[in-house]
Amino acid sequence: MGDDTLREMACQELVEVITDYLEGTLPKSDRARFDAHLATCSGCREYVEQMRALIRLSGSLTAKSIEPETRDSLLRAFQRWRDSQTRL
Amino acid sequence: MRVTNGPNESVVMVTTGDRTSETDLIDRLRNGDESAFTWLVDTYSPSLKRLALVFVSVDAVAEEVVQETWLAVLTGIGRFEGRSSLKTWLFKILTNRAKTRAVREKRTVRFSELGLEEEDGPAVSPERFLPSDHPSFPGHWSIPPHPWSGVAEQAVLRRETMEVLRRGLEKLPRLQRTVVTLRDVDGWPAHEVCAALELSEANQRVLLHRGRSRLRSILETYFAEDA
Repeated sequence: MGDDTLREMACQELVEVITDYLEGTLPKSDRARFDAHLATCSGCREYVEQMRALIRLSGSLTAKSIEPETRDSLLRAFQRWRDSQTRL
Repeated sequence: MRVTNGPNESVVMVTTGDRTSETDLIDRLRNGDESAFTWLVDTYSPSLKRLALVFVSVDAVAEEVVQETWLAVLTGIGRFEGRSSLKTWLFKILTNRAKTRAVREKRTVRFSELGLEEEDGPAVSPERFLPSDHPSFPGHWSIPPHPWSGVAEQAVLRRETMEVLRRGLEKLPRLQRTVVTLRDVDGWPAHEVCAALELSEANQRVLLHRGRSRLRSILETYFAEDA
């Protein structure tokens, strides 16, 4: 007991638990070790920043949608559906 | 019930998860408001198609599955009771149809088969760390990450960088790609990704972790070459 909470987190461990950290699912004791490590390690601070930057960049990717022909045929199907509804 | 005057009467603006506007959206759909349907199709089709591609391998088949899903929405919207969110319902229809197609393609996909055995490996190459028996700094960086320092922020403006990221994403194993795309590109919360892909939260995180770690490394290489 106690050993784990005191043991310093190595950089090699940090890069494997970073997603749990960012997702907020890292156990409290590990979270404390993570934060303590970050405070002293510029390499890992950079790593965390890069992960956050990656997530932001991914968020600005535009989603690839369906083919325009599919979309057009769906809109036509909708119009037919609507017309059949009003006839009922 | 609200009656709309025409297809372009108003622009639908709803944020997902907002039940009031969702009810409104469903009403408009039932009343034949084309802008409501168009909004839904444009908003959800990319995610629907991505999800379909987890089950079926051919792009054109995925496209058909998405199309069938929307047609099923039209025939089913009258009976939709709103016990689940519209989004959940939509993705449930998609998943069922995609699975049926996968069976017909004789390509039954089991998540246990393609999920977590997909390409395992450390987030960062072990060569970049000091050995675990190092006297003072076991497991610490020997080659720390090369600083991006603002490079990534300007990168958004550069088509090439986004292309590198997009290609990197396409190259990820299927489930990793799907999880990372739904989470980080489409902005889904974790629990919705778990539900749509029938993944446990832990497995979802593992896939997200592997995918993101790989993408970070691809960008690091790209920025280093660029510098």
